[in-house]
Amino acid sequence: MADVNRGNRPLSPHIMIYRPQLTSISSIMVRITGIATLGAALLIVAWLLAAASSPAAFAVVDGLLRSVLGDLILFAALWAVYYHMLGRLRHVLWDFGYFVQVPVSEKMAIGMFGLATVLTIFTAAIV
Amino acid sequence: MSYLTDRKRVTGLGSGREGTHHHWQMMISSILLVPLVPLFVFLFGFALGGTHDEVLAFFSRPVPAIIMALALLVIVWHVMQEALVAIEDYVHGLAGKLTLIATKAFGYTLMFVGVFAIARMAL
Repeated sequence: MADVNRGNRPLSPHIMIYRPQLTSISSIMVRITGIATLGAALLIVAWLLAAASSPAAFAVVDGLLRSVLGDLILFAALWAVYYHMLGRLRHVLWDFGYFVQVPVSEKMAIGMFGLATVLTIFTAAIV
Repeated sequence: MSYLTDRKRVTGLGSGREGTHHHWQMMISSILLVPLVPLFVFLFGFALGGTHDEVLAFFSRPVPAIIMALALLVIVWHVMQEALVAIEDYVHGLAGKLTLIATKAFGYTLMFVGVFAIARMAL
């Protein structure tokens, strides 16, 4: 079962030369925002650990998260986690058999971008 | 030129026998994200910005501590699966195996450390 001539056959068009669509881009964004959330979780956990450790450690990590750069990163992470939540909700709806038509899926894609932005601004304004 | 595909090579070998379970787990955690993500970001948002004593007082209350810990576990587990599937798609061979191990170690460390830190403040 050696992989002889692996890939030496006609292949379907590669993603990079495929025309971007709302459905594909919004789906790829779900994956990117998911992985970004995993990265952002490191900051949150570092903050929790610092708070549980000592006032000195807390001052360092808390100062980092509340700096301008920290604010920007947390704001972006907030959008990412909201977008991911909505994207995953779309998958659940699809799995239950609803909204699988392409035009509806495209409307949901725009809705995910919009609603994630609204939720992010709403959350950032309140807390 | 060989037209023998990977699929043809594995035909008859049987499935991995875990795809349905994985899909169902992703569906459950996806549904759980809907209440837990807003709860987590609002609780974290309220906690962030206080002094060290205020943060300790915040997490000394059972309900915020429990919700934060549960939400952290579900969210990190979910996005860890997301990363693992992305790695399975794009990184292959030994590099893929090592990246999968590293990502799992990273994810479970975040979960353990996060819950430990919350528990230490809460208790």
